[in-house]
Amino acid sequence: MGEAATLVPEPYVVVGRRQEADDVVTLLLEPTDGPRPDFAPGQFNMVTSFGRGEIAVSMSSAAGTPGPLEHCIRQVGAVSAALCAAPVGSVVGIRGPFGSSWDLGDVEDGADVVVMAGGIGLAPLRGAIIELVARQQAGLGRVLVLAGARAPDQILFADDLRAWERAGAHVGVSVDVGAPGWTGTVGVVTELLATAPFDANGARALLCGPEVMMRFGGRALVDRGVDPARIRVSLERNMQCGVGLCGHCQYGPLLVCRDGAVVRYGGLADELFMERNR
Amino acid sequence: MSERTRALLEEHAFLAGFPVEAIDLLAASGEPASFVAGTLLFREGSLADTAYLVTGGQVAVEVHAPNRGPVVVDTVGAGHVVGLSWAAPPFRYQFDARALDQVEAVAVDTARLRAALAEDPVLGFLFLDRLASVMLGRLQATRIRLLDLYGPVRG
Repeated sequence: MGEAATLVPEPYVVVGRRQEADDVVTLLLEPTDGPRPDFAPGQFNMVTSFGRGEIAVSMSSAAGTPGPLEHCIRQVGAVSAALCAAPVGSVVGIRGPFGSSWDLGDVEDGADVVVMAGGIGLAPLRGAIIELVARQQAGLGRVLVLAGARAPDQILFADDLRAWERAGAHVGVSVDVGAPGWTGTVGVVTELLATAPFDANGARALLCGPEVMMRFGGRALVDRGVDPARIRVSLERNMQCGVGLCGHCQYGPLLVCRDGAVVRYGGLADELFMERNR
Repeated sequence: MSERTRALLEEHAFLAGFPVEAIDLLAASGEPASFVAGTLLFREGSLADTAYLVTGGQVAVEVHAPNRGPVVVDTVGAGHVVGLSWAAPPFRYQFDARALDQVEAVAVDTARLRAALAEDPVLGFLFLDRLASVMLGRLQATRIRLLDLYGPVRG
């Protein structure tokens, strides 16, 4: 896709929708015309609700596979609310894919990969986890999925979490607040690291969630011996143009839409997270 | 002192790096304990006479709230300690602790432990230093949860 084309939304039809939680919906999208561009896990699209506006949403489906494009959207404002309400058969706009990826091709064979997600942060990691589970089944390194949610009824992709566990991944889920019938872990997602069985030597870690969670998660991973340069985080800023022209998503030296959203933690995000003048 | 108790303690993460005399002390004050899912390890308000070094399963730390029943405020799994109220006055448990599944632990007689630690300030410091680390971790985790990071976005 050329740069000019990336500024014009392409029409995509909603071919399916899944209610993931009260305020979270996954839209399954197919282009109305032509093939769907591929993407790398961690990249995002600008998704338009015509007449309302446009927001950045990471892909939550696996890359390199046929079938609809999936975007998991949490209702937090007018545009996301309209997208969450989009019925099957309606049309939304898509521009993209944009930004950097989780760089899975760069993970050494045999290295363990720790994936830590908080809340809706599991969505941008879902495609990467699907690849990593397949990688583990090929004997190339373990994958550990540590997911945090506000409460048991807010756990996203619960069926996927069970499927990944059945496929051999280590899956830990923690909620901030328990509920009747919940017999799992109550606490902060970073606490799951203490008993997570992985070899920190050469390990890669992928984090996505609220910035405070990533800040503490990054530190906890470093405390467990993970090299900060091998930790990746996904930043969230006010992305508008998607191609590094408008500057709305500037974050220190970065234009997040162009240089991110996935960036290195060690020597970059860890320092940005500590800046107070923003 | 049972060999099984000693073996469990030597493997326990809370005691990682402790000298042999510390393990000996705990082994002399403790014994293996099992709890089936749903049973209470201890109840709020009762004398904190036992600390549990969890070796298997998961323990819910609960508070009973009117019209809500038990509310889980934290969970503690293998490699962690539940029942820290013995470390400071009034030496009474502040919460209930309930087994969420089959729980295995080493139950430590805290009166005996306190007496022994008072006799040996070096070991006493070692234990309290490790306990402070556990309590600090729980305090920090609780503060992060207070932020309600996954809740509604506020301006």
